[in-house]
Amino acid sequence: MPDVTPLPAATPIRMGSNAGQPRTRADGLLKVTGRATYAADNHPAGMAQAVLVTAAIARGRVTAMNVEAARAHPGVVEVYTPANRPELALEPDAKPSFFSKLTETLQDDTVRYEGQPIALVVAETLEAATEAARLLAPQYAAETARVGFDLAPYAPESVGFGFPIEMSKGDIAAGLSEAASTTETVVETPPQYHNAMETHAIVAEWKDGKLYLDTPTQAPGMSAAGFAAWLGLDPADVVIRSPFLGGGFGSKAAVVGAFLLAIQAAKLLDRPVKLALARHQMFGHVFHRGATRQTIKLGMDAEGRLTAIDHHTTAVTAAFEEFIEGASGAARTTYAAPAIRASHDGVRNDVGVPGAMRAPGEASGSAALEIAADVAAEAAGLDPLEFRLRNYAETDPMSGLPYSSKALRECYAEGAREFGWAGRPLAPRQMTDDAGMLVGWGVGTATFPCPMFGAEARATLRADGTAVIETALIDMGQGSWTAMAQIAADSLGLDVEQVEIRGGVSDLPDSGVAGGSGYTATLGLAIDNAGGDTIRQLAEIASSDPDSPLHGTGNTRVVARGGRLYAQDDESRSESYADILARAGRETLSGEGKGARGENDANDHSFQSHGAVFAEVKVDPDLGQVRVTRLVGAFAAGRIINPRMVESQLSGGMIWGISFALHEGAEMDPRTGRILNRDFGEYHVSVNSDAPSVKVLTIPEEDAFVNPLGVKGVGEIGVTGTAGAIANAIWHATGKRVTSYPIRLEELLDL
Amino acid sequence: MKSIPVSTTVNGDAVDFVCAPGETLLDALRNRLSLTGAKEGCGTGDCGACSVTLNGRLVCSCLVLAAEAEGAEVGTVEGMADHDKLHVLQQSFLDHAALQCGICTPGILVASKALLEENPEPTDEEVRYWLAGNLCRCTGYDKIVRAVQDAAAKMRSA
Repeated sequence: MPDVTPLPAATPIRMGSNAGQPRTRADGLLKVTGRATYAADNHPAGMAQAVLVTAAIARGRVTAMNVEAARAHPGVVEVYTPANRPELALEPDAKPSFFSKLTETLQDDTVRYEGQPIALVVAETLEAATEAARLLAPQYAAETARVGFDLAPYAPESVGFGFPIEMSKGDIAAGLSEAASTTETVVETPPQYHNAMETHAIVAEWKDGKLYLDTPTQAPGMSAAGFAAWLGLDPADVVIRSPFLGGGFGSKAAVVGAFLLAIQAAKLLDRPVKLALARHQMFGHVFHRGATRQTIKLGMDAEGRLTAIDHHTTAVTAAFEEFIEGASGAARTTYAAPAIRASHDGVRNDVGVPGAMRAPGEASGSAALEIAADVAAEAAGLDPLEFRLRNYAETDPMSGLPYSSKALRECYAEGAREFGWAGRPLAPRQMTDDAGMLVGWGVGTATFPCPMFGAEARATLRADGTAVIETALIDMGQGSWTAMAQIAADSLGLDVEQVEIRGGVSDLPDSGVAGGSGYTATLGLAIDNAGGDTIRQLAEIASSDPDSPLHGTGNTRVVARGGRLYAQDDESRSESYADILARAGRETLSGEGKGARGENDANDHSFQSHGAVFAEVKVDPDLGQVRVTRLVGAFAAGRIINPRMVESQLSGGMIWGISFALHEGAEMDPRTGRILNRDFGEYHVSVNSDAPSVKVLTIPEEDAFVNPLGVKGVGEIGVTGTAGAIANAIWHATGKRVTSYPIRLEELLDL
Repeated sequence: MKSIPVSTTVNGDAVDFVCAPGETLLDALRNRLSLTGAKEGCGTGDCGACSVTLNGRLVCSCLVLAAEAEGAEVGTVEGMADHDKLHVLQQSFLDHAALQCGICTPGILVASKALLEENPEPTDEEVRYWLAGNLCRCTGYDKIVRAVQDAAAKMRSA
């Protein structure tokens, strides 16, 4: 297998005519006809139905369960509790991979958060299992739950996935004390739960010594290895089928205890078992975005240029496990200042483990920093957009490295033009509409890093000149079935219709992790390299064959286009793939490729996507009701492989920003530590009637350094910037600065 | 366990099945009739992923008992296309990229069809409010409104 192609320093790879086209979603037909098969749609013969029983207290012990009553219920097959929990190959607290978190597999009677698994009921039907689960009627010895920010903070081990808890440059104290003016803004963000529309589900079947799992995963290879480690299996004997995910948003990458229980039940009962979490069970066992309290101190000179950014986050994590929302990271990536400090501490609550949720760190951090920037702009008497331009970071604010590319200035300009920002009154509460609604405009800066994870792919040319790409590709809605085919076609010099993608199964080459907005860049590069490797071999065959018109060209002096190889300097010399393969007696020809960031690339450049979001809100002065009436986002994210899919990702991200600003948040009962709104009736996400017309602009951006494809990623950046833009628009409409998300009408009743 | 025989019509086909008294129409469609287009997003009638029509009326099939389908006509996403020919709404959703992960899509298509049967020329606001009970976590909604309006225009001129 060839090594990772070193990054050329000149221009990104020239791609063919497939990339950049707004192709219709490849999996669309299956989805609009209801034929796309998601995990819970599988129903193998003889399958039993499992129901998870989850704790109804936040802290304490289970003292009793009426297992006899549950077992006696007609149709019940088995009831698993700590008394008969299935054995695992690893200790319950083992963490087999970097992304693993402590999980629960009925190891004891302890309850460490509401929603923790405490039993599994398996029955012939879902109805029987559900009723038996009710009959278990657990009894508890509850202890006082730890809830909220006002607990002793501690210094965490790391932030997010392995980042230091504090990063700084320059003299913060001097930057603040010598400033012409300073502002201090404290912003709180609530716990948020991913709530992909598809709840976590698994169908487990042991067959012929192998374990077959239909389950949504954002990382098939890593998940298969994780399950194998827990179960003491060879990873090759775990086959995960995950062609379609009903959304993931970060919640579907790590192995969770509930799934291990279902798998073990299938083994012990010697029949397939299905477990689908109920919606209320999505609030606890399967990660969430932890709450934050952020304190942002800004110092400015007389012209409104920042002299210091001091961003401190107190993040709520679980009492038994750590994941710290890296919200202060926004201070390192957004605005220029001679002194910057991004620091974090943690407080431990009796909640399930937080984890990565769409734009982890950046979403919460940007939601706070953008309010703070607006407060500073107001103090400096500057238009908020002018303030942001004055503090534009020409190089990475923390490291000082040059950006691989940064078209944020263009995003501000194009977004402002599209929105009609010019002429915005500086003072708040200056605009009303015909109905007497208070109108306000706000802006937020969007930014998200461009990480790459490892991925592998195999490309195979077939005798008829068509090709197949093999990789354990997953699509959680972002459009990877579509975009990857476009990249593959260009790498192979074929039309996209001539390329088949085989994916969705973990026993194919590892597609890496669909997360961190890095999937198109990483897997796309692997596919591009696999295609390139195949064409290189094909050219070698042709070049060394005296009967080929390409004899003697060598593999570097040919171009692949339209299913033919051409001599670079004489296009009259050419031959079709099918003819080359036929003469060589080859049925197929395969190449392989990897995708990853070059070893030293991050030493030379800073890699970020950027954007600017402009929001208009209308606020009812009597009722405090807020409507987002217009939203314009302009984003620069490198090469766009499929504009149709990208626009969807970005506008969907911006709706998450509305949800962050106005709707989402788990309400914790301070007396019990229970979540009061564990359903879609009361945990509000933006619905269709909350959404305005959303305008997405993608700003052209060529990037020769981020990776050979020049792709940055768009999955998460839409969330950043948007929440802050809406909060700032509410201030501009009302003159009231609300600093606690979500911004609800009770904060705006005294207008 | 008691079981209830049900004779019903699903997407125009006469269907008989036997269900438990507490079984939802959603579970019967998915588990007994292998019609898995309708999804369970919440089980509490809040998300609309399980939307079907019952005697022409738009319902959350997670809130309807399977036994209530006796003698009724049930319409699901599987019945929208005429064999290989997509319904105008289905084609419009493809054209406007009005879907991503696809879990909410069957319910939104069924709900949109029910809307246009009742109101062939809705305003954007009417579309948004009609579909407010169909949660989508991916697309950003605007594309769904565009897709429905485009389909409505095509259906009016057809």
